Amino acid sequence: MHTILGIPTQVLFGQLTLGLINGAFYALLSLGLAVIFGLLNIVNFSHGALYMMGAFAGYLLLNLLGVNYWGALVLGPVIVGAFGMVLERLMISRLYRLDPIYGLLLTFGLALIIQGLFRNAYGVSGLPYAAPPQLTGAVNLGFMVLPIYRGWVIVASLTVCLATWFTIERTSLGATLRAATENPVMVSAFGINVPRLVTLTYGFGVGLAALAGVLAAPIYSVNPNMGSDIIIVVFAVVVIGGMGSILGSVVTGFALGLCEGLTKVVYPQASATVIFVIMIAVLMVKPNGLFGRAA
Amino acid sequence: MLKRVLMAATAATALLGAAVPAFADVSVKIGVLNDRSGPYLDISGEPSVNAARMAVEDFGAEKKGIHVSFVTADHQNKPDTGSNIARQWFDQDGVDVIVDVPNSGVALAVAKVTREKNRIFMNSGAGTSVLTGEQCSPNTVHWTYDTYALAKSTATSILKEGGKSWYFLTADYAFGHALQADATKFVKAAGGTVTGSVDTPFPSSDFSSFLLQAQGSGAQVIGLANAGSDTVNSIKQAAEFGVVSGGQRLAGLLVFITDVHALGLQVAQGLNLTTAFYWDRDDGTRAWTRRYEAVNDGKVPTMDQAGVYASVLHYLKAVDALKGKDTAAVMAKMREIPTDDPLFGHGQLRIDGRVTHDMYLYQVKTPAESKGKYDYYKLLQTIPAAEAFRPLAEDNCPLVK
Repeated sequence: MHTILGIPTQVLFGQLTLGLINGAFYALLSLGLAVIFGLLNIVNFSHGALYMMGAFAGYLLLNLLGVNYWGALVLGPVIVGAFGMVLERLMISRLYRLDPIYGLLLTFGLALIIQGLFRNAYGVSGLPYAAPPQLTGAVNLGFMVLPIYRGWVIVASLTVCLATWFTIERTSLGATLRAATENPVMVSAFGINVPRLVTLTYGFGVGLAALAGVLAAPIYSVNPNMGSDIIIVVFAVVVIGGMGSILGSVVTGFALGLCEGLTKVVYPQASATVIFVIMIAVLMVKPNGLFGRAA
Repeated sequence: MLKRVLMAATAATALLGAAVPAFADVSVKIGVLNDRSGPYLDISGEPSVNAARMAVEDFGAEKKGIHVSFVTADHQNKPDTGSNIARQWFDQDGVDVIVDVPNSGVALAVAKVTREKNRIFMNSGAGTSVLTGEQCSPNTVHWTYDTYALAKSTATSILKEGGKSWYFLTADYAFGHALQADATKFVKAAGGTVTGSVDTPFPSSDFSSFLLQAQGSGAQVIGLANAGSDTVNSIKQAAEFGVVSGGQRLAGLLVFITDVHALGLQVAQGLNLTTAFYWDRDDGTRAWTRRYEAVNDGKVPTMDQAGVYASVLHYLKAVDALKGKDTAAVMAKMREIPTDDPLFGHGQLRIDGRVTHDMYLYQVKTPAESKGKYDYYKLLQTIPAAEAFRPLAEDNCPLVK
């Protein structure tokens, strides 16, 4: 059997593929965070809770209204995104003029409340959510058995990430958005409703989290704690990629998924901490993150 | 004037209240310490507290002159948090006995504090057999199950069916390591081999890479030395990655009924599991479960919650017999009177802190076999109390001479 670094190639490719799948979730979630931070300057700690709400939206849409997976993939992000916009209007918008630490505390508190409410109602054992019939089953790749659904997650996540990056960096809508955050007074002088733009952006960022939640529902059980498990890692991804960098967060998300996958072969006990070790190393060398612009 | 009359009346009532003949009143305070937010919330949590209250009511404690009050807390699955709470409860809040405490790491920490403060610790939720082994204590009672009993029953049953080579997925803390060590003993004793193991961070949501390593090991059996949502996720993902259809067998060494519920019978069917309590075992457990469900929004009791009920009941029996709550006397009394309740049947508290009672090997039913809500298990074997737990001679407990 061939080996690379003393690891059988079969095992290595298998773990890298799995790392890529986890990376797809990190990328989607850190992308939403980066959009919100880059354009609103809010460190959105409730992102994990909103991701969890996305998964629950999928579950509830199916069990209360009979909406299937594909419907949930659209409706889940819309519903949770709308909920996010209400939060932004009612609470978060009041903090824009203050130090970002206030936004962090507020969204952290919101996350705890949302999580607590769901935990009270649904417990922690998790609720089952089946993958759609079109995506069940698995293919044998030779080095591993890949469930078709997991392959779909990589494709879906990559597509959404690239589309988002393109919209923000390469279209006139994106240019307006970026301008509005640079100089809101000037942009509103052109007749653009800046507060509304900001609310929509927040809703979009939240929608991305909810989309990740619906994608995750068939893989992990739908569980009120699923957000808090992943959000710390995602924050590390954003810090490593550079706060607010759209492309940075996507590339870093996938790359760190791969690093984590490798660690699980070499020294599994460290797989939960490897990302933070990388974070510390990066911060020491490049305090603005790998893709961040100097402040 | 009116005010004065009222005050006099109040004072008189208070005096009257105090004058009611009290026969040797004892006040005891029970601390229910468990997981109220993390992976073991559903196996313990608030329903454990309600189970303890049921025991107080069923015993008629108040009528017997035993005044029971409760405090509760979340140990967050952190040993330092758990021991801090225990210390505060003993030092400042006058807690006499701590019950439940799932999570072996926390349980071992609480056992130490309890011994130092000379109070009583009645554990139901934790698994590690170290609690009544190397780290046994004259102040510890381990009620419901332990890693030795689980490993003995489940591993032996699978070895008998031909699963000789094992690979372990082990939750990386006290419980997982104890469970793997105990299971390894039985695998080797039966002529089997352990081809490898992987320590998984606790808690984890993604087990796919660990399962892939287990798959690559070629072992016949993948032993899951984990619990709660870890077990649920690993079984689910094993199905997804074709582990079982590829010819390997999963051995869930600790499976709670809430785990089976979360998995659904479609995924969980055929799983062998060992438990100390199943709600549908006999008339006694069914009657108790109906009352339990009434105070817990229809939730099904786990063996952990059942053990909290039974351990509180046994404690109250000892306090009642002594009309006092001196730690050494209560512990001695609890060892002297046999344990006896509708949930665990007859048993005995041993010198090492272990409570012996029958254990049961069940198999999860198929969806077709299940007749109703929570009708999940069929009995394969009853393991008598005398055989279910580790013999005192093998204990390594310094209290055993």
